[in-house]
Amino acid sequence: MLSPLGADVASTWEGIKAGRSGIRPIEHFDTEAFATKFAGLVPEFALEDYLSPKEARKMDLFVQYGMIAAIQAIRDAGLEMDKENGERIGAAIGSGIGGLTNIEENHEKLLASGPRKLSPFFVPSTIINMIAGNLAIMYGLKGPNFATVTACTTGTHNIGFAAQQIQLGTADVMIAGGAEKGSTPLGMGGFAAARALSTRNDDPQAASRPWDKDRDGFVLADGAGAVVLEEYERAKARGATIYGEVAGFGLSDDAYHMTAPSEDGAGAALSMGNAFRDAGIDPSEVGYVNAHATSTKVGDLIEIHAVKKIFGDHAYKLAMSSTKSMVGHLLGAAGAVEAIFTLLAMRDSVAPPTINLDSPDEGCDLDLVANEAQARPIDVALSNSFGFGGTNGSLLFRKV
Amino acid sequence: MSSIEERVQKIIVEQLGVKPEDVKSEASFVEDLGADSLDTVELVMALEEEFETEIPDEEAEKISTVQAAVDYIKAHS
Repeated sequence: MLSPLGADVASTWEGIKAGRSGIRPIEHFDTEAFATKFAGLVPEFALEDYLSPKEARKMDLFVQYGMIAAIQAIRDAGLEMDKENGERIGAAIGSGIGGLTNIEENHEKLLASGPRKLSPFFVPSTIINMIAGNLAIMYGLKGPNFATVTACTTGTHNIGFAAQQIQLGTADVMIAGGAEKGSTPLGMGGFAAARALSTRNDDPQAASRPWDKDRDGFVLADGAGAVVLEEYERAKARGATIYGEVAGFGLSDDAYHMTAPSEDGAGAALSMGNAFRDAGIDPSEVGYVNAHATSTKVGDLIEIHAVKKIFGDHAYKLAMSSTKSMVGHLLGAAGAVEAIFTLLAMRDSVAPPTINLDSPDEGCDLDLVANEAQARPIDVALSNSFGFGGTNGSLLFRKV
Repeated sequence: MSSIEERVQKIIVEQLGVKPEDVKSEASFVEDLGADSLDTVELVMALEEEFETEIPDEEAEKISTVQAAVDYIKAHS
């Protein structure tokens, strides 16, 4: 995992449990004319621990981030690939937007010097399936290889569809997740034009404040997350560290508006309900919900309504938090890093906090783990993602 | 000012991620230096930029070794 709180899982998770914010001012381009001048940026790290300079030069930053997260996950899992098992191992890693950095650079070259100056690596460095593609080349993964693209639900959907590959029997192991590097002039300008971003430039670390009365939009963030999904008996036989089981996967669409969620929360509720049906688990078993809650006026409340609808009285007993309050909104990587936070919450019996939640908005009367992490047993946990296009995804995890 | 040979070598080292001592004059980009077809396109673009020249595609296709690159630059600058 690469996140604004650290360049690996351990440092990010420490930051999450401590309730730290990873949000800071943008310095890699001039933000003078931009309404929002801050984001969640990945801290410095040693690229050469993962990729050679020659490999990295052919990858947009989002591809590099995704590769690094996947390499970390493979190393952590102790997976060994060889010629024989490669056909049973695949990858499903997406991105919400793709290679904005290289798109911008090459478009500038096109305008300044004409088409002959476009890099031959422009296309393969920017298209979204190249994390999964490059990973396959690096490790000899010949199984299913794809990148689902569903805006801010990308990470969740890739993990869900990857798990289904194992259920279907088309693969024994899948490396799954999402990556994003949206903090470019086009990314920051585009989301600001859609009036989606917080403009709290005087206090960036207080800008991502899901469910708080004073929230004013989401905080865009970069990073990547990847998990190794493995058929249970295979993982058990080789003594792998098992963080949890993908117990259920639900999907739905709002069928309502390009960017706004449907106000009755029906799409979100349908997605969660489908995950419970898939898992055969009763909502009352859930101890923790990692919410989509991005710190927007409308979206945060809708998720609360949907959770109340699905969980009934149990909604008031479980802990629900938004880790976006600390890392910001990683768009296509959000579901992937949040799946990891959800699994670690189960492992460590701790519900991560929602920071900056000083005055909960009307109706936000659930246990939203305001400002400090909570020790509590968690055997089953849910992670939600909702994206532009009304696309929803919910992953249910269970302790093994 | 470095010689043309030195400048060409430097670009090849940067573009192909190889060691300077491997960039021998008879070395082929594809067979000896691990380049693929996209690498060679980019290498030619880097040479164009360094030497402020434009190498037509039909000429670029013939530049497959270190010596061929040096010869082309010498003949056209």
